Amino acid sequence: MSAATSAYVFLPRIRRVPSPPTPQLAAEIAALKDFEYAAAATVEEAVSLLAARGDSARVLAGGTDILVQLREGLRSVDLLVDIKKIPELTVLEYSPETGLKLGAATPCYRIYGDERLRTAYAALCDATRIIGGWQVQSRASVGGNLCNSSPAADSIPALIVHSATCQIAGPSGVRELPVEEFCTGPGRNALERGEFLVSLTFPPPLPRSGSHYLRHIPRNEMDIAVAGAGAWLALDESGRIAAARVALSAVAPTPKFAAEASEYLVGKAPTEEVFREAGELAKKVASPITDMRGPAEYRIHLAGVLVRRALTKAAERAQSGY
Amino acid sequence: MGKRIHVTTTINGEPVEFLCEARQSLLEVLRDVLRLTGTKEGCNNGNCGACTVLLNGLPVDSCLVLAVEAEGATIETVEGIACGGHLHPLQQCFLEGAALQCGICTPGFLVAAKALLDKNPNPSERDIRFELAGNICRCTGYDKIVRAVQDAAQRMAASR
Ligand SMILES: Cc1cc2nc3c(=O)[nH]c(=O)nc-3n(C[C@H](O)[C@H](O)[C@H](O)COP(=O)(O)OP(=O)(O)OC[C@H]3O[C@@H](n4cnc5c(N)ncnc54)[C@H](O)[C@@H]3O)c2cc1C
Ligand code: FES
Ligand code: FES
Repeated sequence: MSAATSAYVFLPRIRRVPSPPTPQLAAEIAALKDFEYAAAATVEEAVSLLAARGDSARVLAGGTDILVQLREGLRSVDLLVDIKKIPELTVLEYSPETGLKLGAATPCYRIYGDERLRTAYAALCDATRIIGGWQVQSRASVGGNLCNSSPAADSIPALIVHSATCQIAGPSGVRELPVEEFCTGPGRNALERGEFLVSLTFPPPLPRSGSHYLRHIPRNEMDIAVAGAGAWLALDESGRIAAARVALSAVAPTPKFAAEASEYLVGKAPTEEVFREAGELAKKVASPITDMRGPAEYRIHLAGVLVRRALTKAAERAQSGY
Repeated sequence: MGKRIHVTTTINGEPVEFLCEARQSLLEVLRDVLRLTGTKEGCNNGNCGACTVLLNGLPVDSCLVLAVEAEGATIETVEGIACGGHLHPLQQCFLEGAALQCGICTPGFLVAAKALLDKNPNPSERDIRFELAGNICRCTGYDKIVRAVQDAAQRMAASR
């Protein structure tokens, strides 16, 4: 079982309880402090609730981060604004011509369960398939994964390599932001008072393109990444790389777009050697900490290996039309 | 005590209404308010799956669902698995195959395994291990649980 307390995990999943817990501590752990709950019906209603309450209100999507954090006393709120009942928040609209529009609260199982997305946005499907187990995937959303802004969040490298754009609603209307600019630090992001994430849009898939996300964890399933890598590439008609994007998780205070590695790949043949070199270049954006999940040097090494593997699989998928 | 909210649901096929505070989890309400104590609390943080119930047909950790979120929802708990006084094939196979020791994890495994067999009536060992990765057992070492699920799948296929 993953037992962890580290800055990179950001919010420890398992709380170490002195044993035996005092009755008072046991009661505290079992029960959440009371708060108000409001299920917003529209984007405007959610914005006005959030804007009026500021920091004492938070969005509730699938609850798989926020309810744990509240119960463990890592956060406290006066109001949870449930956004799942707003129709726009759970849309999943795809067409090969216009791409994908994904409501921020759409749960993971609907994403990897959609055959059309498995080829068009394979890295996103890979990531949503490994966030927790089935019970978590029934509820957890990609918007929640992004807004929780953990450095180790599995969906964020996939969002970055698929060039997703955030649609953010707030008191002064809707603004857009490229996803790689969204996270600003562990647990911190670009959202301002009264703002929340409504949806993510993805450009349509290019011909001969493929992608992959993978992470290293000590267990087979259900753990937090020691390091993770996403890769996307598109080949030209001669089989060379026409465009590529590489991103990393769990090796810096935020998930990172590896610009130099991505640019290096353009015009190259998709060979093992090229992918190894891209892995070396991607390592430059890694600035990991040492914690119980692994020492910094190990995580940097892993970043290189994972980028090479992600690119290899992405190229296989691009070639086979997966 | 916080304000009480009125919630209307369907639990194991029956209409059920209850009052709860916003902070209360579905797990707390099932056990402490509705006295449906079949659903167990292991970790209370989403890791162990002992509290698994079906919410609108999907397996969820009821410790990570607020009871107020269940307004209008259909919920199935382990109490709803047996049918007309007969154990479900999964329950029968868990018993016969000794797929439990202390039993705390069992209700969660039964509910998740039932959801798995509804989706995939003939799962491989790998499918079972992957889909049930959100359920943790400290006692059995899992092999007997995997075999019980496979046996139940075969029995259910044979009786179709
Ligand atoms: C057992 C377990 C295993 C897990 N395994 C993984 C894993 O393998 N990989 C991984 O990356 N994560 C994992 N997680 C963490 C969590 O499940 C994910 O981060 C999930 O995607 C969060 O989504 P949610 O919809 O449940 O978010 P919530 O908990 O509802 O929200 C998360 C945070 O984001 C805010 N928020 C949510 N939606 C919005 C929005 N639209 N606009 C503005 N703010 C918003 C909330 O206020 C809250 O602060 C795991 C959690 C558990 C309990
Ligand atoms: S008690 Fe809910 S997952 Fe452990
Ligand atoms: S039988 Fe004891 S935890 Fe599974």
